[in-house]
Amino acid sequence: MRFLHTIWHTKGLARYLFWTGVVLTLVFVVLALFAHWIAPYDFAERRVDGVRFPASEGPSAEHLLGTNDQSYDILSRLIWGARTALQVVFGAVIMSAVIGVPLGLFSGFVGGWFDRVTVFLMDALYSFPSLLLAIVFSFMLRDVLGGSIVAAALSLTAIYIPQYFRVVRNTTVSARESTYVEAARAIGAPPRTIMGRYLFGNVVQSVPVIGTLNAADALSTLAALGFLGLGIQPTEASEWGYDLSRALDNVAAGDFASAFWPGLAIILFITALTLVGEGLNETLNPTLRRRRLQKVTFGPRPSREEAIR
Amino acid sequence: MSTTTTDRTPDAGAVLDVRDLRVWYGTEKGAVQAVDGVDLELRRGEILGLVGESGCGKSTLGRGLLGLLPDGAARDGSLVFDGKDLLAMSPREAYKRRGKSLGMIFQEPLTRLNPLMRVSEHFEETLRTHERGISKKEVEARSLEALRVMGIPPTRFRAYPHEFSGGMRQRLLIALTLVLRPAFVVADEPTTALDVLVEAQIIRILHDLRSTYDTSMLLITHNLGIIAEACDRVAVMYAGKIVEVGEAREVFSRPQHSYTRELLRSTISLSTTGLNFIEGAPPDLSDPPPGCRFHPRCPDAMTVCGQREPVLRQVRDGGSDAACWHAEVSEGTDAGRALSAEETQPLERKEIDVADEA
Amino acid sequence: MPTRPETASPAVVETAGLEVHYQLQGGALSRLLGLRSRTVKAVDGVDLQLRRGEVLGVVGESGSGKTTLGRAMLGLAPTTAGSITYHGSDGAAVVSDMKGKALRRLRTDVQMVFQDPGAALNPTMTIEQAVGHPLKIHGLASGEELTRRVHETLEKVGLAPVERFADKYPRDLSGGQKQRAVIARAIVMGPEVLVADEPVSMLDMSVRAKILQLMLDLKDELGLTYVYITHDLASAKYFCDRVAIMYLGRVVEVGPTEEIFANPKHPYTKALLGAIPDVDPERQVARDLPRGEIPDAALPPLGCSFHPRCPVAREECGWESRDLRPLLETHWTHTDGDAADFEAERAVVGDLDSFDTPSSTVTVGRDHEQVSALLDRIRAEDPDEPFWTGVARAEADPSGGTRLTFHEPVDPRLRRSGGVDVACVRYGEDPQ
Repeated sequence: MRFLHTIWHTKGLARYLFWTGVVLTLVFVVLALFAHWIAPYDFAERRVDGVRFPASEGPSAEHLLGTNDQSYDILSRLIWGARTALQVVFGAVIMSAVIGVPLGLFSGFVGGWFDRVTVFLMDALYSFPSLLLAIVFSFMLRDVLGGSIVAAALSLTAIYIPQYFRVVRNTTVSARESTYVEAARAIGAPPRTIMGRYLFGNVVQSVPVIGTLNAADALSTLAALGFLGLGIQPTEASEWGYDLSRALDNVAAGDFASAFWPGLAIILFITALTLVGEGLNETLNPTLRRRRLQKVTFGPRPSREEAIR
Repeated sequence: MSTTTTDRTPDAGAVLDVRDLRVWYGTEKGAVQAVDGVDLELRRGEILGLVGESGCGKSTLGRGLLGLLPDGAARDGSLVFDGKDLLAMSPREAYKRRGKSLGMIFQEPLTRLNPLMRVSEHFEETLRTHERGISKKEVEARSLEALRVMGIPPTRFRAYPHEFSGGMRQRLLIALTLVLRPAFVVADEPTTALDVLVEAQIIRILHDLRSTYDTSMLLITHNLGIIAEACDRVAVMYAGKIVEVGEAREVFSRPQHSYTRELLRSTISLSTTGLNFIEGAPPDLSDPPPGCRFHPRCPDAMTVCGQREPVLRQVRDGGSDAACWHAEVSEGTDAGRALSAEETQPLERKEIDVADEA
Repeated sequence: MPTRPETASPAVVETAGLEVHYQLQGGALSRLLGLRSRTVKAVDGVDLQLRRGEVLGVVGESGSGKTTLGRAMLGLAPTTAGSITYHGSDGAAVVSDMKGKALRRLRTDVQMVFQDPGAALNPTMTIEQAVGHPLKIHGLASGEELTRRVHETLEKVGLAPVERFADKYPRDLSGGQKQRAVIARAIVMGPEVLVADEPVSMLDMSVRAKILQLMLDLKDELGLTYVYITHDLASAKYFCDRVAIMYLGRVVEVGPTEEIFANPKHPYTKALLGAIPDVDPERQVARDLPRGEIPDAALPPLGCSFHPRCPVAREECGWESRDLRPLLETHWTHTDGDAADFEAERAVVGDLDSFDTPSSTVTVGRDHEQVSALLDRIRAEDPDEPFWTGVARAEADPSGGTRLTFHEPVDPRLRRSGGVDVACVRYGEDPQ
């Protein structure tokens, strides 16, 4: 609640951008959660009552945004795509935080050779371009898990762990020296308790910010994988990147709609998540934050004569 | 008729004449009245101590005099320096007029020094910024002189700040301020971060400064002992107001205001034989109590204290100025005698919890 | 070793030759190059006895090792030599040998109050959680019993009515209230010994007395023994039964409070007492303050650590090469103005950095005549400067400069003198 209070009292553009991001994100979340009811057709549906949909048709009463070259309903693919995006991104962010945060906490707390080795590995992982890493991981996972949603989420997880690790580990290293941790030692708290009860709550505070910013990045990586044909297989789920890449071939033939809509969805969702992330960052990070101060208006001076009488 | 600068000429020896200064901070909730109607005058070559508990507005007052205020803060009143009211001018003009004549010494010297610049370069930069066209030779002569006065040997002139110890750094910073020969310096807790012996060295130096430089100083501190050692006069501040001001010796030996007396009593010194303290906590300055701001904690509070604000003035011949009804009554001044019997009734105080404290 | 009379109350905590040395890592570059790592002697041979029921003041400036000594008593700072013994209800236990579980269990008996109440409480725990946590960790109470004991303790430290404070976070409390909560957390397990590290120095003047009064009340009520670590002699005088004055990792004077304040012996104690700014207008800070600041604990002065600042140092106090620099610098600071004089004299002396290696002999400059003339000038300025007592010989060096040989340094140990133990060559009889 304090945090909402902080956001409310933040000054300037940051606040409006943040709320724009929140509303847009919520729209996508609603689409994803209620795809069953909202989408007119299933994502892999191209015939109703034995009648196959027309291919590459313009908007009509049956297909509000038209159909693509494979006779899929574009609107339905769009809505189901939101669900895929949310599942993968949410899964990847949660999993990387669940692994990265405790690892960073432990590594920063114990220090020594374990810390040095882990930091080295994480830095190595971090220095790769994230798309390249995602491609490598999805190749590796393809044999085991196929082109599923889980496989996509896992390959994204791997590339975001280092970010959580680095932030949490560095905050832990400085928090470890603070007086309240010394005080915890002084009351006889074992290391596990110190990490769990004293450090954790204080070092995870920047994690939501990284989470939302990562989510935006993860979404673009997912779309890029799909675009390259390395992501989720079209039979598993609807995915915007894949649709976009297929549709591009037809743009020359004058079919803009099937490329336009998934492209727009990708852009809007990434923008929305980025706005939320940046907004959080600006409000939670005291160095960036500008508070909304009330203007000082001096009241009338108490008359001195009256005071003296 | 209001009491403003127009009908009061600053005393002959006054370097800075502050009248009814208010410095309020804007916050999320409303204005904090950190300095609320302060009259103060700094005489040429004197050290005026400003003492009070944390949060009483003493730092804000010091910064307010120099215009070093954060966003959202506002000043009004008058601030006459060199015959002109700095607050009546545009900020730009005020800055120009103020120029090198007003200086500030901060608590943490290391953060005010550039680690990549030698001492000599610090001096050169300071002098060249404020005195265009000064010769290199003069820069060096003036700098070495300032260092010597502060007890820093010339061998350290080309050293970097990190090569200095804490006390040396503070002396260096004082030298950097004094090299411009300012008319007026605000020193905000200059010795708080230092050890006892080094603190004593610096107090000694500050005390002796007057003979070398014709500089007036406002020495802000929470340590009454430092005031007693280094200052000529002392102003006691409570909740945004000056409650007592006078000769240091006089204030410490015969405090007029109940707050001053209680503050002195609660200070632990070598002659302490029992522990005393002031009950309660200072008020929230965004909503200060009416009347005398100390009345909710004051053991001498009367009914009038919660109703009307006392005026800062001399209550006894030869004594300090105090804004205290109790002093007015016990000294039998005109204002004190004019109070009705009802007004002088002891105030029924609300029970204060043990842990209501700063 | 100091000879101590048999005392009425037995020791609860005893340190014998306690040393806490830290290995300092140099900067990044020197670490890469594997250059010297320096040893800081935070605590360097301390023998102290904390007697049951007393308040022992440990007084010193920053860098004196007083905080490290306090932390070592809880096993929070690693002992590198010597020992700390805790005489609890189950007999003697050597703290300096304890590890892990045993050490953690010790902390039900020995507790600590920290200097900065704002930093000593976990910002994510409520006051009730923070104060109850020691009980929970050691499995001493749970459920209703836990709540009851926490509330009882909060009342004891004056955080009453308890409902007003129990659910608050540290940020909602004032400094004094936070310190009360820290004290509550320290006493909730019913400890024997409380190490209070500057418990009031961060608080406002008007609150300090209240917190000290609270500590005195708790001591009487709970039968506590205090170690009161402070830089403030005035509060130590009021608060302590005995006082130990520390300088650069050593205890230089220890004894009953009245004796030390009425009749300070060690020149450092005298200096500290003289330097306290006092509100009493009749008392003035002494004019003959020790010069300079606390030396680098990684390379302490030879002989007595205080000798470079001591106004009454003698020939055997440990004069050495490093003392030349302040001598020259003081001279140059006093020289009135003339930059040319300074440059000339500076050239006579040569490289000042060559004095920075501790040694009992040192060669100054390249021209014996000029150097001795300069040294004579400096000596004439202040003939009483103790430095000169330490110079055994000044003769021409074959290399051309002046070779100064200092007297053999004596490292003074704590010796009995007039009711106190003092580490100064001027006091006490040598046991030999």
